[in-house]
Amino acid sequence: MEVQSCVKIINEWDIVAARQLGRNVAKDLGFGTVDQARVTTAISELARNIYLYAGQGTVAIEKVQRNGKAGMKIIAVDEGPGIKDIRKVMEDGYTTSGGLGAGLPGVKRLMDEFDIDSTPGKGTKILATKWLR
Amino acid sequence: MRIPILKLYDCLLVSIQWELDDATALQFQEDLLQKIHETNANGVVIDITSIDFIDSFIAKVLGDVFSMSKLMGAKVVITGIQPAVAITLIELGITLDDVLTALDLEKGLEKLQQELGD
Repeated sequence: MEVQSCVKIINEWDIVAARQLGRNVAKDLGFGTVDQARVTTAISELARNIYLYAGQGTVAIEKVQRNGKAGMKIIAVDEGPGIKDIRKVMEDGYTTSGGLGAGLPGVKRLMDEFDIDSTPGKGTKILATKWLR
Repeated sequence: MRIPILKLYDCLLVSIQWELDDATALQFQEDLLQKIHETNANGVVIDITSIDFIDSFIAKVLGDVFSMSKLMGAKVVITGIQPAVAITLIELGITLDDVLTALDLEKGLEKLQQELGD
């Protein structure tokens, strides 16, 4: 069976589909239970952000290799309103949803690498990678 | 699918056995408050031993269930939080400070009896 590597986020059920896909890939790569929980949670938060703020978008999961190390990369893309002040959303406790999501600083802490690119009016792309220890 | 809520003397017992989606979590919130109202329960134990991850939404629902039940006059203890769940919640920045917790169902029931004062 081929692993589906991209989930379209349109409704709240797609959030469940995205994190299940992520958990399966993490298990497959040999991540331990704690890292599986980290990756699953990070995907859930990113997919929820898309659902809440952009309406729709995609979450893709990629197996990656670097310097002989294996890992998995989450790519969350939307064409929503974008983020005006990235520095501000990366501050702990900043919220525009009244506390529905834990926010991006939490996701950054769960993952090893985190990169965000956003253009107001165009959309947001977030890359987050976890390496196998 | 709805989460079963069992009555045990003056307490309610819930064991969440599968991954919660948003709709199920919100339905559970409503069902539990309704059941507290119907049964006059003083305390609730929610066991989440089988849950292997909690995101900010589920954490918010659980925290809200605790506060809402408290408003009605019932105490809630959450039991069986797995190591991986505790680690990810704290890293995510969610502390669930006010929520009562215990290691397992047995200790949860004990804690509830203490809290209820008998």
